[in-house]
Amino acid sequence: MDFAIEPVAEDTVLLRFGDAIDANINARVHAAAHTLRTANLAGIIDIAPAYATLLVRFDPAVWLDTVGARPLEHIATSIRSVVAGLPLSQADASLGGRGWGKGAKPSQAADAGCARSAGCFAVSSLPSHRPGKPACVVIPVCYGGEYGPDLDAIAAHARLAPDDIVARHGASDYTVAMLGFAPGFPYLLGLDPVLHMPRRANPRTRVPAGSVAIGGAQTGIYPRELPGGWHLIGRTPLALFTPRREPPCVLAPGDRVCFRAIDADEFTRLSKPSA
Amino acid sequence: MTIEVVKPGLLTTLQDAGRPGLAHLGIGRAGAFDAPALRIANALCGNPREACALEITLLGPSLCLRIDACIAVTGAPIPFHVDGVAQPMWVPVHAPAGATVALGAMRTGCRSYIAVRGGFDVAPALGSRSMDVNASLGPFGGRPLRAGDELPIATKTATSATAHAMPNWRLDPRPWFSASQNDSLRLLPGSHLDNLTDTSRKSLFSNQFKVQADSNRVGLRLSGPRLEWNASLEMVSEGCVPGLLQLPPSGQPIAFGPECPVSGGYPRIGQVAAVDMPRLAQLRPGDALRFQPCTLDEALDALRERERAMTAIESGIAARLSE
Repeated sequence: MDFAIEPVAEDTVLLRFGDAIDANINARVHAAAHTLRTANLAGIIDIAPAYATLLVRFDPAVWLDTVGARPLEHIATSIRSVVAGLPLSQADASLGGRGWGKGAKPSQAADAGCARSAGCFAVSSLPSHRPGKPACVVIPVCYGGEYGPDLDAIAAHARLAPDDIVARHGASDYTVAMLGFAPGFPYLLGLDPVLHMPRRANPRTRVPAGSVAIGGAQTGIYPRELPGGWHLIGRTPLALFTPRREPPCVLAPGDRVCFRAIDADEFTRLSKPSA
Repeated sequence: MTIEVVKPGLLTTLQDAGRPGLAHLGIGRAGAFDAPALRIANALCGNPREACALEITLLGPSLCLRIDACIAVTGAPIPFHVDGVAQPMWVPVHAPAGATVALGAMRTGCRSYIAVRGGFDVAPALGSRSMDVNASLGPFGGRPLRAGDELPIATKTATSATAHAMPNWRLDPRPWFSASQNDSLRLLPGSHLDNLTDTSRKSLFSNQFKVQADSNRVGLRLSGPRLEWNASLEMVSEGCVPGLLQLPPSGQPIAFGPECPVSGGYPRIGQVAAVDMPRLAQLRPGDALRFQPCTLDEALDALRERERAMTAIESGIAARLSE
């Protein structure tokens, strides 16, 4: 599958796999992220997936020492080789003049996936499977009531009973498309289309930690108290982000997630810090 | 061994080189906004580059020393007194135990740095002592310092201070701080720059922008000519980095700072060249700025040159300190 590499900053490139929120595109992003992490290229600092793009940040100094004046082109070539599964020796450095080099005008990329973008490098052939697929992470949720004040609004919008909303939300398997907005906040793909609902016209200034929410076609979980415009349908007692823990986040990009309905008693029990 | 915060100032935070490498978990870098100023403050105290110091915003704090300390102040010019006696910036200053260190109000620039020999020895969070106020992450839960906070100092290195006499030299701050609003910030082209109308693209590089009052370490909100697209762009949230120039529907750009979100859904019109990030850091609300187009090669050349100068300054300071 094709992707393009766009320069973002002196030390950052963006791999663009498409322009939509789409499970297949996102799966390719995670596959590429996994391949790049495994390859362990020198000087790579960040490999951060989003819906349709993968941000790669590197230490230009590491590359300047070994490849000379144009680290970005070399990193693009290496990324292309690694993600496409080519031996590095076959990588050609023919990207000159298409990036931000002297005299290079931002060009219209040939690849449809980045037709809007300046200075793309078209790249092809990404293995689409993801090795080491993670097991499903089960998130306990107490739906409705004080924990999910917008459950009735979602039900009304979907013309279903609140119990049906809970059943449908709990029946799907989700994928962590990306973490963002706040440390450990997962954007989950896989929401039943019946449950899609535009965000609130008036965002809340304080959404409680653990709130499970629906925003448009996505569902997510607030790791701590934050402002937010999504509809709150329940709350998990699980702490999604704990800086002192390793790893600090319960969920990682690409993880599979499912929800398990719990009652208020179990919520209280699970909220107690384990001894 | 600690330093007590007597008055916190407007927004004083602990900062080091930040916590890179966690963007995939939704965790940003944070760290000093004017990174060279932090590095020089640390060098003046004989600290490693990445030691933790204080970042001061517009109005400085008052601190009470519980031990003899060697301190250095860099960044935007700020009145600096030890027990009421004015002290120079850009040079190590010795202050005795019990002294009050008072920082005043900046007239130009936005951020100054106070380093102390040994560095502030607070517990790191996810590998960094940097406060990320926006993410509530870091020492003191990521909140800005308050009166009464006790800041521990790494005492082993602090007590190794031998030369208590004021050095007879100080750094020339001119390469490291400029209050001039005439120089434009170098801007690399963003992914969606070509989607601006011709008029807007010209305006971006020919017009002046002003820093809005609601700017902070997350980003500087700019006001200027309203920038418009050729056609509306459907955007999917994608990775963001400090320095990114986003254009929200208001048509008024936002330049991202060190506490920027790791992802965002607004189109990107540019990227402030890394070498000019310290100048972005020193812009205060009401300041004017301009952008000039820059190529990646130019940006990298300028960055390399700055890095050479920084390394030379650091080793020069180290040589002076060991005399």
